[in-house]
Amino acid sequence: MVNAEMMKRLSVKVAGLSMKTPVTTASGTFGFGLEFADFVDLNQIGAITVKGTTLKPRPGNQGQRIVETPSGILNCVGLENPGVEVFLKETLPKLKQYDTRVIVNIDGDSADEYGELAAMLDVDGVDAIELNISCPNVAQGGLAFGTSCTAAAEVVKAARARTHKTVITKLSPNVTDITEIARAVEAAGSDAISLINTLVGMKIDIHTRRPVLGNTMGGLSGPAVRPVAVRMVYQVAQAVRIPIIGMGGIASWEDAIEFFLAGASAVAVGTANFQDPRLAQTISEGIASYLIENHFDSIQDLVGLALPDR
Amino acid sequence: MTKYLVDGTILGQRSLSPDIRVMEIKAPEIAKTAEPGQFVTIKTNHLSVPLLRRPFGVAGVDREKGSFLLIYRVVGETTHLMETLKEGDSISILGPLGHGFDRTHKNALLIGGGVGLAPLHFLAADYPGAQVDVLIGARTAKELFWTELFRDKTRRQIETTDDGTWGIKGMVTTPLPELLKEGQYDCVYVCGPSPMMRAVVDIVRPTGIPCQISLEKYMGCGLGACLSCTCSGIGRRVKVCKDGPVFWAGEVTAW
Repeated sequence: MVNAEMMKRLSVKVAGLSMKTPVTTASGTFGFGLEFADFVDLNQIGAITVKGTTLKPRPGNQGQRIVETPSGILNCVGLENPGVEVFLKETLPKLKQYDTRVIVNIDGDSADEYGELAAMLDVDGVDAIELNISCPNVAQGGLAFGTSCTAAAEVVKAARARTHKTVITKLSPNVTDITEIARAVEAAGSDAISLINTLVGMKIDIHTRRPVLGNTMGGLSGPAVRPVAVRMVYQVAQAVRIPIIGMGGIASWEDAIEFFLAGASAVAVGTANFQDPRLAQTISEGIASYLIENHFDSIQDLVGLALPDR
Repeated sequence: MTKYLVDGTILGQRSLSPDIRVMEIKAPEIAKTAEPGQFVTIKTNHLSVPLLRRPFGVAGVDREKGSFLLIYRVVGETTHLMETLKEGDSISILGPLGHGFDRTHKNALLIGGGVGLAPLHFLAADYPGAQVDVLIGARTAKELFWTELFRDKTRRQIETTDDGTWGIKGMVTTPLPELLKEGQYDCVYVCGPSPMMRAVVDIVRPTGIPCQISLEKYMGCGLGACLSCTCSGIGRRVKVCKDGPVFWAGEVTAW
């Protein structure tokens, strides 16, 4: 259990977002949080980052949506979700009962849609919005915004102009230079950056001789992508001044510590929630023990210690 | 209903056929609460390979002993690892998950193919109605251990094999029309490969007899969060792991 002494060391502020622990959940791997209530005390995690939400309901992609690969999974869910109105009416009131932060991941077909979503979610109970400009599984928008500095900046500006909440931009690793996009979204007014989203990949069934996933390609996540994620956090931490939420294959507290050392102020547990649904909570205990054993008063003292100028 | 994440203890396992095993696991939380049709997800280690937990329908429970059965075919990484487990070994269990079979009917016909018969085995053992018959679809006579498993839990066992080495040559759909005519069934329960279930539903539907199907889809979380296993229902999307795996045949439109 995390005691008061541990909690003091774990609390963190990511831009305007005060979190009890530096641990949130990666969007799409934790539903709306409520699905995990049997395993996690939702009051004991830093923030719940909910499933990608769009203006209108989306049915998602046809065919097989997930397949396991070495130390990872490929998914092409395709942003299936009930739409922002259902989220506001049915889900948010339930989430409000918990003493935690709520980050709503949003995805639009155009910069205007991100703006509209940001405005609709500028309500009590929502603490931050995460701009998903990196979903590889949708025909329009998604990744296209995340691979162009100009388009990414437009999305950030559109959302920034219509919300008082903390704006986090989730970057795609499917780019030549992640620092360019990071600088662009910082300049456009993003309060924080989260990375990485999934890496585009695919798997072929040698018996049917067809791609396994219904959408042909999907997003790779899990421990397989962790070294890529650590590298990108390390690069982005040197390129921008805004805080970073690090994610990509975190499956233990040791993995999380790596991300803090690379420059992340907070971390998110993603695919590992499927292996151990308690992890979003229990990982904080390991982080706290590490801080105590190594005489760090606060998680913030750990951030970026592996960077070259430290 | 409360779901649990527990470390179960293997009480033993044995071969039922060259590639099918039955495993008994001590896990009182699961054994006391699981209902026929529900499933658990398994992880045999704490490593990242295999990464995802794998779903298995509960094949039976001993509520007093606090143990439950899994019947599985050795096909992939997780089942190969499961096969090597010995008495006393630990195995991570998440469950019971999903919704089970509706058991408010009187006379039931259970229809299963392959390891799809596993959850029906639990249903037959815990069916409060008057009579239960089972129609067993197997590939060859090697898989007819199912008949023995069902013998003391059902009134009648009807077998079909693809190669005709035992019972009726053909598929479960071969004797089905005749069975439905004479059987006075109030409900049909099907679990097996999708093409088999579709064929059965096509035959049962015109008779007006209620029919439940148990779907299987590649799952991520098993908790209704990741939306990997959704399919189309009437006017809504349904999650196989949470809204199912058991559905009324007309409840899901594309599966």
